Amino acid sequence: MFNTTDIPKSARITRLVDHLYEKMPVIESARAKLITESYQATEGEPMITRRAGAFAHILRHIPIIIRDEELIVGSSTIAPRGCQTYPEFSYQWLEDELDTVETRSADPFYIAEETKQELREVHKYWKGKTTSELATSYMAPEAIKAIEHNIFTPGNYFYNGVGHVTVKYEEVLAIGYEGIMAKAQAELDRCHVGDGDYARRSHFLSAVILSCQAVMEYAQRYAALAEKMAAECSDPVRRNELEVIALNCSRVPAKGAGSFYEACQSFWFVQQLIQLESSGHSISPGRFDQYMYPYYKKDLENGNITREFAQELMDCIWVKLNDLNKCRDAASAEGFAGYSLFQNLIAGGQNKDGEDVTNDLSIMCIQASMHVHLPQPSLSVRVWNGSPHEFLIKAAELTRTGIGLPAYYNDEVIIPALQNRGLSLEDAREYNIIGCVEPQKAGKTDGWHDAAFFNMCRPLELVFSNGMDKGEQVGIATGDVTEMTTFEEFYDAYKKQMDYFISLLVNADNAIDVAHAERCPLPFLSCMVDDCIKRGISVQEGGAVYNFTGPQGFGIANMADSLYAVRQLVYRDKKVSMEEYKEALLWNYGKGIDSETAVDMTASILKEMERQGRAIDESAVKSVLETVMTMKPSEDQKARFEEIHHMIDEVPKFGNDIPEVDYFARDVAYTYTRPLQNYKNPRGGQFQAGLYPVSANVPLGGQTGATPDGRYAHTPVADGVSPSAGKDVNGPTAAANSVARLDHFIVSNGTLFNQKFHPSALAGREGLEKFTALIRSYFDQKGMHMQFNVVDRDTLLDAQKNPEKYKHLVVRVAGYSALFTTLSRSLQDDIIRRTEQGF
Amino acid sequence: MSYLDTRGRIFDIQRHSVHDGPGIRTIVFLKGCVLRCRWCCNPESQEYRIQTMKVLGEDKVIGKDTTVAEMIAEVEKDRPYYYRSGGGMTLSGGECLCQPEFARDLLRAAKERGINTAIESMACASFESIQEILPYLDLYLMDIKHTDPEKHRQFTGKTNELMMENARKVALSGKTRLIIRVPVIPAFNDTVEEIRGIAAFADSLPGVKELHLLPYHRLGQDKYEGLGRAYLMDGILPPDGEKMKTLKRAAESITSLHVQIGG
Repeated sequence: MFNTTDIPKSARITRLVDHLYEKMPVIESARAKLITESYQATEGEPMITRRAGAFAHILRHIPIIIRDEELIVGSSTIAPRGCQTYPEFSYQWLEDELDTVETRSADPFYIAEETKQELREVHKYWKGKTTSELATSYMAPEAIKAIEHNIFTPGNYFYNGVGHVTVKYEEVLAIGYEGIMAKAQAELDRCHVGDGDYARRSHFLSAVILSCQAVMEYAQRYAALAEKMAAECSDPVRRNELEVIALNCSRVPAKGAGSFYEACQSFWFVQQLIQLESSGHSISPGRFDQYMYPYYKKDLENGNITREFAQELMDCIWVKLNDLNKCRDAASAEGFAGYSLFQNLIAGGQNKDGEDVTNDLSIMCIQASMHVHLPQPSLSVRVWNGSPHEFLIKAAELTRTGIGLPAYYNDEVIIPALQNRGLSLEDAREYNIIGCVEPQKAGKTDGWHDAAFFNMCRPLELVFSNGMDKGEQVGIATGDVTEMTTFEEFYDAYKKQMDYFISLLVNADNAIDVAHAERCPLPFLSCMVDDCIKRGISVQEGGAVYNFTGPQGFGIANMADSLYAVRQLVYRDKKVSMEEYKEALLWNYGKGIDSETAVDMTASILKEMERQGRAIDESAVKSVLETVMTMKPSEDQKARFEEIHHMIDEVPKFGNDIPEVDYFARDVAYTYTRPLQNYKNPRGGQFQAGLYPVSANVPLGGQTGATPDGRYAHTPVADGVSPSAGKDVNGPTAAANSVARLDHFIVSNGTLFNQKFHPSALAGREGLEKFTALIRSYFDQKGMHMQFNVVDRDTLLDAQKNPEKYKHLVVRVAGYSALFTTLSRSLQDDIIRRTEQGF
Repeated sequence: MSYLDTRGRIFDIQRHSVHDGPGIRTIVFLKGCVLRCRWCCNPESQEYRIQTMKVLGEDKVIGKDTTVAEMIAEVEKDRPYYYRSGGGMTLSGGECLCQPEFARDLLRAAKERGINTAIESMACASFESIQEILPYLDLYLMDIKHTDPEKHRQFTGKTNELMMENARKVALSGKTRLIIRVPVIPAFNDTVEEIRGIAAFADSLPGVKELHLLPYHRLGQDKYEGLGRAYLMDGILPPDGEKMKTLKRAAESITSLHVQIGG
């Protein structure tokens, strides 16, 4: 049993949060300078040794700070929410964006002139030495072309470290880095100079030992700093706190944690330093409520801690999780908007024997997110048929605050889905979530989740253009679309394009994978993932027990609706000819040619002119572009296009609980999920699909022309497995029934289903009961994941100001539902008032 | 002819309603009403005939003829949600008792399938027709708008004697759970005295334990325009939170009822 009573928030937490968000985040150069120094000094040595040496050099010299009132210490930057840079992965984008990073719209960072100079200086060293440059040279030319033509983007790992892992926190808590070092030493002692793999093994194990030593030294630096600050502190309360901090850091993470407080500090160093070794994001704490619980329980039973203080420590960790930051390139920043590091922490669920292990800390994790009200950690909860009701109610209370947390996951789908990928039942039962929605077994997996964004709409565009894009043959020549006489022929052409681009996606991901193994193996991370120490090999080179690559497809709702509409209108009812459909798409359903399309068309025309041997100069480009921009459909054409658009509107859409349409969508999803699982990665693992877009459905939709579902050119595509915005008109249960008809078991890298609610739907205990029932019912039907936006007052005020952004915002008040932006101002005000009052 | 073939006329069906009755519900809105309440937020429900209403500039046909079998198939779609939440089907309107056979047979079909049933109605019908549905009804959400017959007539078009008499008869039958609901309408019934009057009446009904105060909203305003009708409540503001709390306390102070704001 567990205690669900509210714990009040300490005043310290409010001040820590305020301090964190006082200023714009800052880019610092300390790490970049230190790693460059170290690399310059170790030229020619084995890469794993150089990596450990660089990590140690950084930890010995990077500036450290203890912020006011902190109880848990360890900051990677002096500025709150600052970030370091990682030139060993890529630097060119940063070099190009140094002057714009402060003013860009998504996730801006302040950068001092002096820092810019320092970074420009170190960048000189890295030319030709980064993982991204090596990856490019490993990629097939057609894969590079597909990336250039926006069919998919492997941007995440192409520019950055991989991350996306949960390590064995419990082992560090239990035996400390001294214990882990001893394990590595024992393996090293077993190595014989005559062994075939002696070179690789012994260097890896030595690198592990050096990394562990460096981390222990880093903690000692904090112990010394705390001691010094304590000596200088005039406030006796704070002095005492600093003395305890000094004592904690002198013991952990070198040794096993002796108390809950030490466990919290030890956890934090692990969490922070993995992210200083590599820029990979989604370093996910996983089942925090499980591995921390023994320390909490023991302290509580022995009277060494109060619930309130334990909560305050957890709240401090929650704040620290928001202190870490990362600067991405401008395009990726849009895809991951919100400075998010996706440190996913999950509460509740079963143990390896299948027993429910929700405990006090599971509840306190939810409480901590209520207290700090910040985006990190990405809090998740595990739900299964045996989940305690009160746990779900507590989670629903957090949802009601409008913070968009927690995300809900269904054990009943995820466990078998992971078993289907080769995990043992015990491991599958202990899964946690990485990053956004990706399930895996902690401490044993290198999942390479989030490996690419694959735009399922683009291959369909290429069916219409016979594989041509911007004047180049990018896809397969599947034939003239207007001559396809059956829907099967048309659908086959789509499948062929999909198969082709999936193979290129695999090629690109595997090229990057090899580049990481060669240039950025991570000895520190690897010492906390099984079986790296035993096998004497890093995670990046295939040391994990379970290896996967999980690129995510998106646009499933658009493709289901598109293919369904084509089948209905062209092949079944014969109301629209394929020729007309093609024209309608080209002319954006009569809306005319927007600037993006004009640029694309100009490129095609110029390519054609080039092929005919005509000279292309600036004036030729200009005149072609001008001609294209002034092209307009005739009035008759326009009327027909609008008529076609109207007919498409009338065709049933995914998301409305129409089994025929939904099962069709299920089949369309297979065009991505099935071919993908046939491929292998260089670490000996399998590819597995995800269906979720993070926030990339907006920018990548911007690169996609009009689609046959009636979606206009360059507008967002559907989000995750959710129906297209505004196309699900039968409410949340109907949408959920539809989404549950997709095959979630095969999508073992995760699906994402978003729903929006007005707070009145969650009002009172009764609202919470009905809300949790909705989740349970979706999960009964084998849905995998659900998350919720509860529309708050600020959203509605913003919608009043920017109605174009909120065209599909439905509010349901007192059983009455309406499109918010279509209401008159005074009615909108009524709804805003009711939003505050909760009825 | 099976009762599943009984025909009726609806104007809307709303799934995932978290208001009118326990749990997650599907609301079937039957077309046609005997009253003409000035504040009605579903003016398209009032006439039985099929109408055209302008919605966002486009003509929309209001009203659809259907059968019990068709409707129950629609209601079945959310069975997983009823099962988890203790929800079910609610008939609303209009006044669902204006189509007594259809209402009865649809309630029967739900009941026989183990789906919880409710109606939202003001009991403005012969008690004989109400009696026929009682065996299939788990919850009666009954509107009582005013205790004064004349004021009732002014604002709704009919006096209230029949409804109050039916309320008592339904309560005395003991065959269903009865909840009294009051739409709180400024200038009509939003004084402490008027709400107390209704509360006292509700409290006098055997077995009635709950009173719901539903604050007036004007979200149906645009529909009047869409139907080419004048909105007679123009300029009247919805009651604010404080006002609602005052009325809640007023009702609680003289009765033993559980009083809640909103359904």
